[in-house]
Amino acid sequence: MLIVVCIKQVPDTTQVQIDPVTNTLVREGIPFIVNPYDTHALEEALRLKDRFGCKVAAISMGPPNAEGTLKKALALGVDHAILLSDRVFGGADTLATSNVLAAAIAKLDAEVDEVGLVLCGKQTIDGDTAQVGPGIASRLDYRQLTLVDKIVNLDFSAKKIRVSRKLEGRHEIVEAPLPAMLTVVRELNRPRYPKVQMRLAAAETVVEVWNNKTLQLDEQKIGLKGSPTWVSKIFSPERDKGEILGDGYADPAGTAALLIDKLMAKDMLPI
Amino acid sequence: MIPSPSIFTPLLIASLAVFAWGCWKRFSLISLGQPEERFDNLGVRFGDMLLYAFGQKRVVAQPFGFNHFIIFWSFLILLVANTEFILNGLFPHTFKLIKLPFELYVPLAFMIDIASLLALVAVTVAAVRRIIAPPYPEARTAEAFFILGLIATLMLASFALNASELATYMLKSGVDPASFLSAARKVMPVSALLTGLLPPLQLGTIHAAAWWAHAVALMAFICYLPNSKHMHILTAIPNCFFHRLEKPNTQPREEFTAGNQFGVGRVDRYSWKDLLDSFSCTECGRCQNVCPASITGKPLNPRAVIHDIKVNLLENGASLKKGEPPQTPLIGEGGAGSVSEESIWGCTTCGACMEACPVLIEQMPKIIQLRRHLVESEATFPEELLNLFENMEGRSNPWGIAPSERTKWCSQLDIKPFDRDTTEYLFYVGCAGSFDSRNKHVSVAMAQLLDKAGISWGILGKDEKCCGDSVRRLGNEFVFDKMARENVATFIERGVTKVITQCPHCFTTLKNDYRQYGLELEVIHHSELLHNLVQDGKLILDKTTGEMGTTVFHDSCYLGRHNDVYDAPREVIKAATGDAPAEMGRNRNKAFCCGAGGGRMWMEEHVGERINLTRVNEALEQSPDTICVACPYCMTMFEDGLKDVKAENVRVRDVAEVMAEALLR
Repeated sequence: MLIVVCIKQVPDTTQVQIDPVTNTLVREGIPFIVNPYDTHALEEALRLKDRFGCKVAAISMGPPNAEGTLKKALALGVDHAILLSDRVFGGADTLATSNVLAAAIAKLDAEVDEVGLVLCGKQTIDGDTAQVGPGIASRLDYRQLTLVDKIVNLDFSAKKIRVSRKLEGRHEIVEAPLPAMLTVVRELNRPRYPKVQMRLAAAETVVEVWNNKTLQLDEQKIGLKGSPTWVSKIFSPERDKGEILGDGYADPAGTAALLIDKLMAKDMLPI
Repeated sequence: MIPSPSIFTPLLIASLAVFAWGCWKRFSLISLGQPEERFDNLGVRFGDMLLYAFGQKRVVAQPFGFNHFIIFWSFLILLVANTEFILNGLFPHTFKLIKLPFELYVPLAFMIDIASLLALVAVTVAAVRRIIAPPYPEARTAEAFFILGLIATLMLASFALNASELATYMLKSGVDPASFLSAARKVMPVSALLTGLLPPLQLGTIHAAAWWAHAVALMAFICYLPNSKHMHILTAIPNCFFHRLEKPNTQPREEFTAGNQFGVGRVDRYSWKDLLDSFSCTECGRCQNVCPASITGKPLNPRAVIHDIKVNLLENGASLKKGEPPQTPLIGEGGAGSVSEESIWGCTTCGACMEACPVLIEQMPKIIQLRRHLVESEATFPEELLNLFENMEGRSNPWGIAPSERTKWCSQLDIKPFDRDTTEYLFYVGCAGSFDSRNKHVSVAMAQLLDKAGISWGILGKDEKCCGDSVRRLGNEFVFDKMARENVATFIERGVTKVITQCPHCFTTLKNDYRQYGLELEVIHHSELLHNLVQDGKLILDKTTGEMGTTVFHDSCYLGRHNDVYDAPREVIKAATGDAPAEMGRNRNKAFCCGAGGGRMWMEEHVGERINLTRVNEALEQSPDTICVACPYCMTMFEDGLKDVKAENVRVRDVAEVMAEALLR
C-alpha cells in the first residue's frame, strides 16, 4: 500500500508584499517554504508509515527549484520524491494542476504500488482555493474527505477509513472506503523535525523529475491552455491607516487612558 | 604477631595487584573515549597543575577548603613515612629514616609527626562537618565515612607505632627517661607525648598491634582507592594538567558529512578527557550549589551528570570493549548511569559549575553534547523549540519575524549602512535589539551615544542575520553551522573587522565561536566601548544619580564568567551616576544566572522556582531604584520578574540607557 502526499512550494507569505503599481506579488528575494498545511499532511503520512510500515511518496508540481521542497520531505523520511516539472505545466489553475497530480498518482498506483490514501493540505497559503485536493479526488474517482483533524481508524486490509472533519462549530465523523483523498488541517498533528543524517542523505539524493513526456497528458488539459481560470486583478484590501497613541513605554497608564477615551468616543466600549 | 615479611609481602603484593588492576581498568575505560588534543602549551599546563592541583587554588576558596588542603599536603608528606613503612615491612631494619643524616632526619620526622596530627584533626573536622552540615544532604555516604575512618586509623596507628618504638628504645638503651623524652618531644612531639603513657610490659603487643593496624589500613586504602570516588587522588592532578586552556565558552565544531555521528548518545562518544573528568569528580557538590537549575529545584544536577557518565562507563565498559552496544542508555529515565532529558534541557549554560569546580571539570560542554545527540540524531526536544529552530533556519531570528522588519527600530533615525570605506565599526544590533520592543530602546540609546561620541559606525540592516547563539547552545549545531557560515561570508564580503555588540550572546558568538570558522574580528561589547569613550573624554556625563537612584548591577553570564568582562559595565554606571552600583550577594564570577542563557530564553520553566524570580529577589535585597543589566535576555528576565513580584516601581535599564539618560540631562 502506498500513501501519496501532495506538497507545494509557496513563498513565505509573512515576507510577501504586493507591488502597489502592478498589483502582483513581489516574489523577488522572497524565500520559499513548504506550504504549512502540507507539512501536516506529510507528518500524518509518516506517522502511518511508522504504524503500518507502508511506503510514502511525496509529489510536487512546480519549477525545478521546487526540488528543495521535496528534499525536505526526503529528510523527514518519505520513500519516493517526485517533482512534476515541465514548461507546459506552467500557468496552471487548480483544474489543470489537479489533472497533472492525478496523472502522477495514477502512474504511481500502476507502477509502484496500489495507492490507498492521498493526503493534501486543506489549502495553500498563496492561492487559498482549497480546490486542488478535491480536484484530484474527482479526477481519480477517490472518496474525498476534507478538513480532516483526526484519523479515527484506518484499516488497510478492510480498505476502510474513518476520520473526524473539523467544521465550523462541530466535528463530523465520516467513514469511507479506500482509496481516499484527505485534506488536512493544522490540528491533525505536530510535524516532526528532520534528523541530520536524513538531511545529509536527502541532500545527496537526486529527486526524480517527471515531465509531460513521462505523463503523456493532452496539452489542452494542462498548464495555461488547460486553465479556464484567469486572474484579472490582485490587490491588497484598502484599510484605514492606524495611529500611534501616546507613548506606551514612557507612560503606560496615560496611554491606556487615551485608548479608552478614544474607544468610548467611538462608542466601541460596552459601558 | 611481630611484623613478618613472609605474611606482609604476599598481602602487599595482592593489594598492589588490586590497585594496579583498578587503575588499569579505569585507564582502559578512559581510552575508549574519542581523541582530543590536550597536549599543547605544556608549560602553561604544568603551571596550572601546580596552581590548581598542588596549590589547591579553588579548593581553598570555599569554607572547609583549607581542611582539604591540609589533608592533601599531609598525604604528600606522609608518602615518605608510608614508603618507609612498606620497605621496612618487606625488609625489616633495612630502610629506616633514622639512618639518614641527623640534620635531615630531625626535620623530616618532625614534619611527619605534625602532618599526622594535622591530618587527624582535619579528617575529624571533615567527619563532623558531614554529620552536622554536609555540603549537600546526599553527601553523608558510608563511603565518605569509611575513607575518613581509614585515614584516622592510619594516623592513630602511626602514632602508636612511633610511641611504642620510642618507649622500647628508651627501655632497652637505659637512657634517662626524662631527658630522652624531652629530646624526643623536639623531634616527634605527638608521638613522644604518647610514649610516656604506654604500659612498659605490653610494649611488644602494642607495637605489633599498631604495626598491623597500620599495615591493614594502608593496604585497604591501596585496594580501595582506584575503585571509589577517591580515585580523584590520582586523577585530579592530571585532570588539572589537561584542562581546556581556552575558556569553555564555545563548543567544538562538527563535520556534516554522511556517515558521521553527531553529539554524544553513548558514553564512548565522549572524548577521553570527558571520561577522565568523570573519574576526577569527588562529588564535593560545589557545582550543584551554584547551579541555577539545581538551586531552583530542577532535575538537573551537574554533579549527578558527571557521576552518571562515570557509572555508565563502568557499567557499559565491558560491552563497549568487545564492540557490543551499551546496556545502560546514557540518555534515559535518569536512574544511576543515565541522564534524563529533562536534566539535559535544564542547563542555562551559565558556566557557574565550571567556575566552581576545584579540579576544572567541564560540565557544560558535556550537556551540550547530549543536546546535540537529541536534536541532531533523534530530533527529540521540548516542543516549544520546534518553532525556534524553524524560525532561526527560515527567517534568521528567534521570533520568525520577517527579516524586512529588522530595521524598523531605526526607521525614525538617520543611520548609515556599514561600508568598509566610510565606516569604522559595524554596530551588530542583534535580534533582540532589532525586534524586541523593550530592547529596541537600548539600540536607540546606543545610536545616540555612538553619534555623540563621534564614532564612525554603520549597520548591516536587512542583511544582518542572527548570530546563532541559541541554536548552538541548544545543540542544533547543523543549523548553527549554516548560520555561522553565512554570517562569516557576509562579514568577509563586507570587509567587517571591528564590531560593536549590545548583546553578550552576539558578543561571545562573534568573538569566540566564529574564530572556529577562521574569522578573527575585533569584537567589543557596548559596555567596554562606552567605558573607553568615557575614559577618552568623548562622552561628557552628568555625574549625579538623577533619576537612576540607587543602582544594582547584574552580571550577564556570557559577558562575565564566559568572557571576563566585569569592570566595564560597573565603570559605565559609575561614570553616569557618580556612584558605583550596589552589589548583589552573588556577583562577578559568582553571579547567579537570569535563567535565559543556553536557549532557556525560548523554553518553558515548569518545575521548581523560577530562576529569574530568584535573581530578582536577590537584586531587591539591595533596595535598588534601578537594576542595571548589559544583556537583552537579562533585561527581559528582569522586566518579567519584577512584574511577577509586583515590584514595578523598580526599573530595569541597560548600561547604554543609563549612560544616554546621563547625557541628556
